[in-house]
Amino acid sequence: MADQATLNTAGAASAASSGSRSGPSGKRPRPIFSTRNIVLYGTLTLAAIYYLIPLYVMVVTSLKTMPEIRMGNIFSPPVEITFEPWVKAWAQACTGLNCDGLSRGFYNSVRITVPSVIISILIASINGYALANWRFKGMETFFTVLVVGAFIPYQVMIYPIVIVLRELGIYGTLSGLIIVHTIFGMPILTLLFRNYFASLPEELFKAARVDGAGFWNIYFRIMLPMSLPIFVVAMIIQITGIWNDFLFGVVFTRPEYYPMTVQLNNIVNSVQGVKEYNVNMAATILTGLVPLIVYFVSGKLFVRGIAAGAVKG
Amino acid sequence: MTDYQVARRPNTLFRNLNSKIASIPMIVTAMVVFLGGTVWTVFYSFTNSKLLPRTTFVGFDQYERLWASERWIVSIQNLAIFGVFALIFSFVIGFVLAAFMDQKIRLENVFRTIFLYPFALSFIVTGLVWQWLLNPDFGVQHVVRSLGWVGFTFNPLYTQSIVIYGILIAALWQGTGLVMVLMLAGLRGIDEDIWKASRVDGIPMVKTYLLIIIPMMRPVFITTLVIVASGIVKVYDLVVAQTSGGPGIASEVPAKYVYDYMFQAQNLGQGFAASTMMLITISIIIIPWAYLEFGGKKRG
Repeated sequence: MADQATLNTAGAASAASSGSRSGPSGKRPRPIFSTRNIVLYGTLTLAAIYYLIPLYVMVVTSLKTMPEIRMGNIFSPPVEITFEPWVKAWAQACTGLNCDGLSRGFYNSVRITVPSVIISILIASINGYALANWRFKGMETFFTVLVVGAFIPYQVMIYPIVIVLRELGIYGTLSGLIIVHTIFGMPILTLLFRNYFASLPEELFKAARVDGAGFWNIYFRIMLPMSLPIFVVAMIIQITGIWNDFLFGVVFTRPEYYPMTVQLNNIVNSVQGVKEYNVNMAATILTGLVPLIVYFVSGKLFVRGIAAGAVKG
Repeated sequence: MTDYQVARRPNTLFRNLNSKIASIPMIVTAMVVFLGGTVWTVFYSFTNSKLLPRTTFVGFDQYERLWASERWIVSIQNLAIFGVFALIFSFVIGFVLAAFMDQKIRLENVFRTIFLYPFALSFIVTGLVWQWLLNPDFGVQHVVRSLGWVGFTFNPLYTQSIVIYGILIAALWQGTGLVMVLMLAGLRGIDEDIWKASRVDGIPMVKTYLLIIIPMMRPVFITTLVIVASGIVKVYDLVVAQTSGGPGIASEVPAKYVYDYMFQAQNLGQGFAASTMMLITISIIIIPWAYLEFGGKKRG
C-alpha cells in the first residue's frame, strides 16, 4: 500500500514538473537545484527584491547630494555619502513659516502616541475582561455594535465628534486627539482582549471568586499579570496604528500640534521652494522609523496582532 | 469589593454593578459615537448645512447635487477601478506567495518579514516613496531611458488617464503582505491529511489548490475580503500623499471629497451626503457578512 502511494506521488510529481510537495513524513532527500526549488526560491526572491527596492531607494537617495541626484540614477549607490539631508530634515525643513524641521512633529507624535496607547489599552482590556467574565444582559449587543461600527468609514463620524469636542473646549488640542484615538482603537482591542480572557481557564476565575475576590481584584491581581503577551500585541497594534495615522491628526489638531505624518506630508508636498529630494527621503525614513523598529523587534507578535483583526467576533 | 457574596438584591440594575461601570466606555463608544454619530450625519445630509449644521430640510437636494458633480463621478469611477484591481491583484499575489511560503521553505521568517514590512508603514510614507520612484525626471522612466530605450514612457502620476494605476501600484506594495499573512494562516489550518489523500489519488498540486484547498478556505477568503474591501473604501492618505488628487481631479477618491467639502470648502451638506454614500457602500459589503457571522448561526 505504502509503496503504491509513493509510486503514485512520484508519477504525479514528474507529470506536474514543478509539482511534488514534501509530505509530513517527507524524508526523501531531494537535489538542491531541482526545478521545483529554482521556481520556488526564484519567485520568492524576485518578490522580495520588489518589496525591498523602495526601502533601498529611500535610503540611497537620502544619503546623496542634490547634484548627484540630478545627474544620476535613483538605484545607484551614493558616490559620496552625506548625512546633511538627515540633519536638515530633522531640524531645518520648512512647513509654511515654520522651519524647525520634523523634530516638532516627532515630539507631537510621541505626546499623542504614548497617552493614547496607555489609555486605550487600559480601557479596552477592562471592557474585554468584563465581556469575558462578567456578562450582563444586553452586553453582547453593545459589543456587536462596537465591532460592526469599526467598519463604518471614519468620515461618517468625524463631524459629530468635532462638534462634541468643540463643546468640551478641547477641539484642536492633544487631549481631543487622544480621546479620538482611544475611541477608534476600542473595537479591535476589545475584541482582542475579550477573546484572550475567554480562552483562559474558567477555573482560575471561579477559584478567585470563591476566595472572595471581586471585579477589580481579579482583574489587577490575576488577569493582568497573566496576560502580558496579549498586552504586548495590543501595544504593537496601537503604536503602529496611531503613529501612522494621518486623517485624525489633520482633522482634530491645530497646526502646532500636527503629528509627524501630517508634517511630513506638508514638508514634501509643499509647493514653495526648490524640491530637495534627498531631504524629503530622509524625512520619509525618519517618519517610518518608529513603526519599522516596532515591526522588526516584535517579529511574530506583529503577525499575531494582524491575525487578531481577522479573528471572528 | 467582597460584598458580592452577600449581594442578593432584588433590583437587577445593581447586579454586576462593577462590570456595568467598567463597560461604560464601550457602551458610550458603541451607542453614542458609532451609532449616534452615524445617525446624526445621515440626518444632516438631508439639510442645506453650509458653514454650520442647520436643520432646514431640502430632501434629496444634496444627493442630486453630489451625483451631478463631475468630481464625485470621477471619485466613484476611481474607487471602482482601484477597488476591483486592488482586490484581484492582492488576492492572487497574496495567495500565490502564501502557497509558495507553505512549501516548508528555508528562510520563511526572512521572506515573511520582507513581504510584510510595508504594511507597518504609514500610507503617507508609502505614497511619498512611490511618488519619488514614479517621478518622470528621476524615477523608473528616467532610469529605463538612460539605459538606452529613449522612447520609454511610464509616467502614471502625471498622466490623467492612468494616474489611478500609479496609486494602485503603491497600494499593492503596502497591502499584499497582509493578504499573504492571512492566507498563510488559512493554509496552515488545512489538515495535512487532505494533502496526503490528494497525493495518494495522484492529483497534481495546482489542481489540488484550485479544486480542494481554495474551496476549503472560504471563511478565510471572506474575512480577508471584508478587511481589504473596507480598507479600499476608506483610501485617503495614500492619494493625499502621492498625488493630492491630481493631475487636475484625475485621482480624486470619495474619502477625499468628504474631507475637502467638510473642512475646506465649508459645504457641510455635501460632505455629509458624500459620507453617507460611503456608508452605503460599506454596508453593501458588511451587512451580508455580519449576517453570516453573527446572525446566521446561533450555535456559539
